[in-house]
Amino acid sequence: MKSPEEIFNFLKEKFGNSVIELKTDKPVDPYIIVDPIEVDKICLLLRDHSELQFDSLMNLSGIDDANGDKVKDENGLESIKGGTLSVYYNIESTSIKHKLTLRVSTNREKPEVVTVTEVWKSADWHEREAYDMYGIVFLNHPDLRRILMPYDWEFGYPLRKDYKNPEFYRGMKVPY
Amino acid sequence: MALKTEEMVLNMGPQHPSTHGVLRLELQLDGEIITNVIPHIGYLHRCFEKHAEAMTYPQVIPYTDRMDYLASMGNEFGYVLGVEKLLNIQLPERVEYIRVIMAELQRIASHLVALGTYGADIGAFTPFLFCFRDREKILNLFEITCGARLLYNYIWIGGLSHDIHPDFIRLTKEFIKEFRPNVKELNDLLSYNRIFIERTANVGVLPLDTAINYGVSGPNLRASGMKWDLRKDDPYSVYHKFDYDIPVGKGEKGKTGDCWDRYYVRVLEMEESLKIIEQAIEQIPEGDVTSAIPKRVKPPEGQVYARVENPRGELGYFIISDGSLNPARVKVRAPSFVTMQVFPELCKGFMVADVVAILGSVDIVLGEIDR
Repeated sequence: MKSPEEIFNFLKEKFGNSVIELKTDKPVDPYIIVDPIEVDKICLLLRDHSELQFDSLMNLSGIDDANGDKVKDENGLESIKGGTLSVYYNIESTSIKHKLTLRVSTNREKPEVVTVTEVWKSADWHEREAYDMYGIVFLNHPDLRRILMPYDWEFGYPLRKDYKNPEFYRGMKVPY
Repeated sequence: MALKTEEMVLNMGPQHPSTHGVLRLELQLDGEIITNVIPHIGYLHRCFEKHAEAMTYPQVIPYTDRMDYLASMGNEFGYVLGVEKLLNIQLPERVEYIRVIMAELQRIASHLVALGTYGADIGAFTPFLFCFRDREKILNLFEITCGARLLYNYIWIGGLSHDIHPDFIRLTKEFIKEFRPNVKELNDLLSYNRIFIERTANVGVLPLDTAINYGVSGPNLRASGMKWDLRKDDPYSVYHKFDYDIPVGKGEKGKTGDCWDRYYVRVLEMEESLKIIEQAIEQIPEGDVTSAIPKRVKPPEGQVYARVENPRGELGYFIISDGSLNPARVKVRAPSFVTMQVFPELCKGFMVADVVAILGSVDIVLGEIDR
């Protein structure tokens, strides 16, 4: 069983600047911030290293940090420019029974994160959901389509904080 | 002369009785053999996560009920566990015991639906009626506790909405006494039925390493032979105080991890739940169940991943708080959502009729897949 500090130091040694920071100041779970383009390699090592064995991805969750500038257009509708979107990975080892949280942050205007489906198959639908809800593009994902929303939904990404409902979808009034 | 064959695509659902809700399966067939299955979900999408961001923390609880509507107590349990971790509050012992009793009663009720409908899927209609008869008694117990039969809003942040009814313990004891022989009856009627075994043994085998890599949890993982249960492996609430066993699949009628194993693990789990309930109602302490409920729920900035062992597997809530009255993000790791991903792997190489048997055995609820 390893503490997040030990894992962070181990990863820092292996990956250098791709492993950015260990956050422990806020409750409840500490997390490690890593680079969105290197996350698949980091996860592969976390899974295959004999002292870590993170063989299971419990949860993968997108989030809109909403830390950009709020801009108002001529109709008074607010939208967010700049800032970041993030993805959290909650992983665990079923044999050693330790847990870890990883976080990557990516640019809101062009959100790109490398997929971890090669490491854990369970990431597949979670990543599709994050794409569906936040528009985060997972590079090298085998099948990146919308999952909960209709396949032809073209009115943006519903869980972004500045999302606005369209008036009509295929002739049906949306806020009915 | 050789016949020219072509791949055929068959659409199953979204309105199909054995998809257990509104699920569409696109079956790619070579004759009657399945080469691939593409599940299409989202027909029941009710924007739970968007709603949660607009609600205060206590207001989210009724929405969690509506995800896995066969195991509402478990859904509330997981959510309040996460918020309580963020708030860092201590609960009266009595609250923990009542929560455990409710969660285990709910597990039995949920498994009864799973087993009953599974029999009905395969063509045995009588067990379905027997299971629903017993489930009805559990719903009556919930009804005298909080007035609702399916969607309870009973477990609150820091406590419970009501204390249990004065008759609750007596009625629960009566229920356990009545229910125990019924499990044997179910075994005689369905589990060891020759036709049932022929339909389910060696069908839809899920190997253990595939199961772990796909994040399969709960009874489906245990049926593949792994002794993994969050009540033991990542204990929460007061589960560490009880003595019970974790049943695993042994490949009794076929290969380990086949449909019959997934079915039978659930049968055995009901007995273990009964053991937990029996011990809990013996040990339950006195106390006030509403004393620790906070007047205003305003957790500090932070994030938490809380999980419980729901009847369908690991139900996780990933909650991010920005220090305000509303959660900034609530992501639900629904067990059925994760299990559904492995479904195409289970079906490949089997017949069309086996899809029904395999889908019934993994026991999904579309309410929590689509949220």
